Amino acid sequence: MKTRYTHGGDEHIYVEIDDEMSLDAFFKSLSMSKAVRDAEIDGVTEICPANASFQVRFDPEVIDPEEMMSRVKKLEAQADQTDKRLNTRIIEIPVFYQDPWTHETLMRFRERHQDPSGTDLDYAARINGYDTAEDFITAHHAQPWFVSMVGFVAGLPFLYQLVEREKQLQVPKYLSPRTDTPKLTVGHGGCFSCIYSVRGAGGYQMFGITPMPIYDPEQKISYLEDFMVFFRPGDIVKWKPVDRAEYDEISAAVEAGTYQPRMAEVEFDLEKFNADMTGTNAKLMEALNDA
Amino acid sequence: MTLKIISHGLSTSIQDLGRPGYFHLGIPMGGAMDRFSLRVANMLVGNPEDVACLEVVFLGPKIEFTKSVIVAVTGAELPILVDGEPRDTWSSFEVKAGQVLSFEFLQAGARAYIAISGGIDTPTALGSRSTYPIGALGGVDGRNVQTGDELPVGDSSNSKAGLSVDEKLRRLPDTPARLRVLPGLYWHRLTEASGNNFFSDEWSVAPEADRMGYRFKGGRPLEFVDREQPFGAGADPSNIVDGCYCYGSIQVPGGKEPIVLHRDAVSGGGYFTLGAVISADMDFIGQLQPHAPVKFEKIDMAGANSARAERKQMLEIIRKELRQEPKTQP
Repeated sequence: MKTRYTHGGDEHIYVEIDDEMSLDAFFKSLSMSKAVRDAEIDGVTEICPANASFQVRFDPEVIDPEEMMSRVKKLEAQADQTDKRLNTRIIEIPVFYQDPWTHETLMRFRERHQDPSGTDLDYAARINGYDTAEDFITAHHAQPWFVSMVGFVAGLPFLYQLVEREKQLQVPKYLSPRTDTPKLTVGHGGCFSCIYSVRGAGGYQMFGITPMPIYDPEQKISYLEDFMVFFRPGDIVKWKPVDRAEYDEISAAVEAGTYQPRMAEVEFDLEKFNADMTGTNAKLMEALNDA
Repeated sequence: MTLKIISHGLSTSIQDLGRPGYFHLGIPMGGAMDRFSLRVANMLVGNPEDVACLEVVFLGPKIEFTKSVIVAVTGAELPILVDGEPRDTWSSFEVKAGQVLSFEFLQAGARAYIAISGGIDTPTALGSRSTYPIGALGGVDGRNVQTGDELPVGDSSNSKAGLSVDEKLRRLPDTPARLRVLPGLYWHRLTEASGNNFFSDEWSVAPEADRMGYRFKGGRPLEFVDREQPFGAGADPSNIVDGCYCYGSIQVPGGKEPIVLHRDAVSGGGYFTLGAVISADMDFIGQLQPHAPVKFEKIDMAGANSARAERKQMLEIIRKELRQEPKTQP
């Protein structure tokens, strides 16, 4: 990993921790963006951590861009010494794979796809070496995922699977982005999964849909009363496959205000994870099952 | 006191100076595309500069007033009528109870700002009244203004008709529009020749131009420095591991058509960016119509800082002039 610093116009500093994705790069970008926040530098207005990079927005009338750059650079050494440990939560997200709504949408935009003859899941299964879409779905939900970025649009999480690099599921984005994606679609592009928080344009392959809203500007949904956005970087997600009946049941519970996502407080230690991925994941999922 | 929207025009939305602080969650700052014009509109009617106004795109709305107020329209040249009688743009005038404000066809620019003494007083969301339809925040129940809406207006005691802004201080883009760009971010992904072409080619605004971003067409496709794509980035040479996008950043999907992200920007994504339009020139983009010719001009940080200071100075001059008595009075 080598850190690259650059200006984004006269109001932003952009720091790329690494040009490739890894949890090491994510942890460093998170701890460095925290160090910038803790430094309480006058003029800083926004700090946005991303997968393997972060961005600082500032008012150049309060702090000169070059001065801002040198202040951020000085925080790198401090961030390097931070423990790569997070107190976070693991959340179970129900997914109705191969649902009728994303199916209708993917058929409507077939001419924008690499393989117009099948579905997004058929294509993803084939290029990742799985015999069937079902086998691919199993690989998608068997191990937990890590929220490495929140953004694009309102509250959308990017998720990175907690498995070895050679087991990462990878698919290209649509050849040309769709103008429509159903709300709460579970999508995948590059090595990242995402949940489309709102309906709209999108380029990720579509695998299924969750009945659990993750963004509520009216803050009426029981678990979004405190804040309208559900996810934060560092959250851990375990997909749980559900069928149509369960999907309808959860949707009704959300509507009635009785649905509570299943979740547990956990500690995630990157060094322990790197030393024993299967064991670490087993413990994470055990905490969730006990919840 | 309310405004009755008799017709909403093409796309009219409530905007103020936005809601900074939530970009890390994918919620953009939003607010007026042309912040200079919104500030000046508010100054003309005696409002604090960050009060909510109507942002009008291309085609004016028709509005009935239920109480006498002072109004000013800045930004695009959209000829103003009050009960069919013309009024000047960039000037404050009275609209009496029962009168109707309407507009003729657009003459220049793209977005006009209607300020009303007291300001639009709809509920705030995350500290702002700005409309962000994608996230259903602000505006009228999270959406743009529609025919039939009745918009509340706040109280004012500080407004007077007859104020006007000198023509030299009305800040609008030149033709072709000059957008100054600070190269950076993923600039190193471009070949040197291609980077030079970006600045020497002539571009024009493509039809896909909105509050999220402006797309440009007409220049040569960009060429990338060869590399093996990093893990997680995606196969196309214009792809990167999804990172943050900044306001004004210029992404070029597939190397073909540059997109400048604007006030309702997506906060991140997987396309390389070659730099950013400087903060002082962002207002100009909001005043560009489709097909408007554009030149991207390379600038350094010192140049960006002085452009910013120049814009600030213009606002300060207007502030001072409007504090004096109206020149049109005897």
